[in-house]
Amino acid sequence: MKHTLSVMVENQPGVLARVAGLFSRRGFNIDSLAVGQTENPAVSRMTIVVEGDDRIVEQVTKQLHKLIDVIKVGDITAEKYVDRELVMVKVNADAGQRGEIMLIADIFRARVIDFGRRTLTLECTGDEGKITAFEESLRPYGIKEMVRTGKVAMLRGTRFTSVENSGLDQDVE
Amino acid sequence: MEITAAQALVRCLEKENIEIIFGIPGAAIAPVYDALYNSKIKHVLVRHEQGAVHAADGYARATGRVGVCMATSGPGATNLVTGIANAYMDSVPMVVITGQVNTERVGTDAFQEVDTTGITIPITKHNFLLKDPAQLGETVKKAFYIASTGRPGPVLIDLPGDVTSSKIKFKYPENVKLRGYKPTYRGHPNMIKEAARLIDKAQRPVIYAGGGILNSSACGELKQLAETIDAPVTNTFMGLSSFPGDHPLYLGMLGLHGTRYANMAITECDLLIALGARFDDRVTGRISAFAPGARIIHIDIDPAEIGKNVKVNLPIVGDVKQILQALLTQVKKTERPEWHRRILELKDNYPMRYSREGGLKPQFIIERLYAETDGDSLVVTDVGQHQMWVAQYYRFKNPRMLISSGGLGTMGFGLPAAVGAQLGIPGQQVILITGDGSFQMTIQELSTVKEQKLPIKIFILNNQKLGMVRQFQQVYYEGRYMAVDFLFHPDFELLARAYGIDGFTIRSEEDAVSMLPGILESPGPALVNCLVYPGENVSPMVPAGRGIDEAIEFAEGENTL
Ligand SMILES: Cc1ncc(C[n+]2csc(CCOP(=O)(O)OP(=O)(O)O)c2C)c(N)n1
Repeated sequence: MKHTLSVMVENQPGVLARVAGLFSRRGFNIDSLAVGQTENPAVSRMTIVVEGDDRIVEQVTKQLHKLIDVIKVGDITAEKYVDRELVMVKVNADAGQRGEIMLIADIFRARVIDFGRRTLTLECTGDEGKITAFEESLRPYGIKEMVRTGKVAMLRGTRFTSVENSGLDQDVE
Repeated sequence: MEITAAQALVRCLEKENIEIIFGIPGAAIAPVYDALYNSKIKHVLVRHEQGAVHAADGYARATGRVGVCMATSGPGATNLVTGIANAYMDSVPMVVITGQVNTERVGTDAFQEVDTTGITIPITKHNFLLKDPAQLGETVKKAFYIASTGRPGPVLIDLPGDVTSSKIKFKYPENVKLRGYKPTYRGHPNMIKEAARLIDKAQRPVIYAGGGILNSSACGELKQLAETIDAPVTNTFMGLSSFPGDHPLYLGMLGLHGTRYANMAITECDLLIALGARFDDRVTGRISAFAPGARIIHIDIDPAEIGKNVKVNLPIVGDVKQILQALLTQVKKTERPEWHRRILELKDNYPMRYSREGGLKPQFIIERLYAETDGDSLVVTDVGQHQMWVAQYYRFKNPRMLISSGGLGTMGFGLPAAVGAQLGIPGQQVILITGDGSFQMTIQELSTVKEQKLPIKIFILNNQKLGMVRQFQQVYYEGRYMAVDFLFHPDFELLARAYGIDGFTIRSEEDAVSMLPGILESPGPALVNCLVYPGENVSPMVPAGRGIDEAIEFAEGENTL
């Protein structure tokens, strides 16, 4: 099963190497990893999607916790959350196919961000399922190049994950 | 007043009450060595950086304090790697200081540049590459704090030469705050209550005590618990010396080369109380056959150890000493005569034994050393068969009296670790029991022994082989012996003399009996070459993939070459 971990880390050089190295040396499988700054510039947030049973994910969580630069680890899989991924696809698009492709883009609320003589480049955001469906729809035209960001996630409603509150996702109402 | 960051570092070390540093200088670390020139901290110049890190390790294990070692960039740092990994695996508190090329050269493959922090990420508890000299005090404080608290371990600080040469205002914080590091010490009260309940309910409890007992100085509490709940105690290799070796409740070591009665007691117990131990594969054998009928209480300071290798019924995260103190107020004084009858039966049916036929047996030497020292020596070992024989035949009376490489199994650890231990506790008799293979891996530190005037007694159990590997090939490769025989050895007695150390050779039981007392009482260092029967096997032994109750013993004829 796939788990989504929200990992708050010190915004320090080397922290990505520590986290990535931990996954590879302990044989944990990373599905995706997205990292960037948070509202607090001293803190970065990693959203890591990891594949494994509960026991493995428990080990992943505990081993992440052992890293000094990791401030907080939360498994939000079972929580209510929103998640998004962004993809850019460069797809073959001869004059005759452009109309169809634009139609598909419309359905997925994707945007055309560049076009060449025989290609269109589209941008689309959404959850993993939508992005995968988008990719599938474009595949018949011939995808020249594609890049996905990996997913980022956030709890729904007023609940939030931060480094200040202790324990995961406290309700602050 | 401004001072260099290197001078500030030395002041920080003085504030941490560091009395000794093991190391070898070089260009990148030169500013720090220069700052040591006026310090009262003793620097011990070893002969190889591996010697420095193992000596700091031996010092830390003997004294319970943080060991410190130092090396230059590049090859100095890479020579430390084995020793850092060794300390990491055995949870030894250590601060490692390395020089680095100047910051503007970092990343350019400069002369003697390696990515020291990159290389050591997986084998340190944490590491730092200091780029801002103003951060020096805080970084050093953090390093000592992280190394010595929670589950201890090595922390490395990599210091570029230009950083240590810069001028800064000296500041050493009293405390540091690390929001990502908050070890748990107090066990959860409800869990402790539940543990007391499980213990009261149990008929056949066994205590399985590891190195965590020594790290948390919980030996007194361990003994009190065992006696109160009347439960037999078995030690992991790392836990040896945490429980008195001659205590009636003691079962000896468990696992791969453990006593058969300890392993059988684990198999038959209905409650396993794991204290500061990590269910290592050398302990458990086939996991599904390990304590199959038992509920398991696992007390450990490292939450990641809980549930890693076995499923436990009751986990308690925290400092084992504090948890045992709390638990002791809740358990009832109990007697378990039936369980003890069974244990005695196991001890009678499956005693530890070896045959004295066929030459001078290594076990005999260990038994004589135990008898002659009354179990009061600090014993350091290397890695191999001799190490297991020490574990089996030397009965430790007091805590921290065995220093050995457990988790990593590093041949060559022994001699430098003995150097560190002896410097840590000058009045203590230190004996090193090593193998002819291991000893030659760090033999250069004999110079350090001599130079520092350390009265270490070194016993080489010389079987002219990599004995442990020979045994492995006998058991698993039908005796196809490959690369285990030494066709040449130096004359160790002469070699000792070359280093200005007394050398002896022991060839027989008679030699051992007559020579050991004099050797042990001599005031200086001694190197004793013990020519032991070379075909001896470590027995019992749990074959790979078997349950620990399925140990085999080697019959007389099977101790072959
Ligand atoms: C650095 C290192 N290299 C290789 C090994 C593999 N190994 C384990 S035991 C052993 C033999 C040790 O020989 P010796 O020190 O003579 O001790 P003995 O087993 O003969 O008592 C070897 C090669 C190791 N543990 N460490």
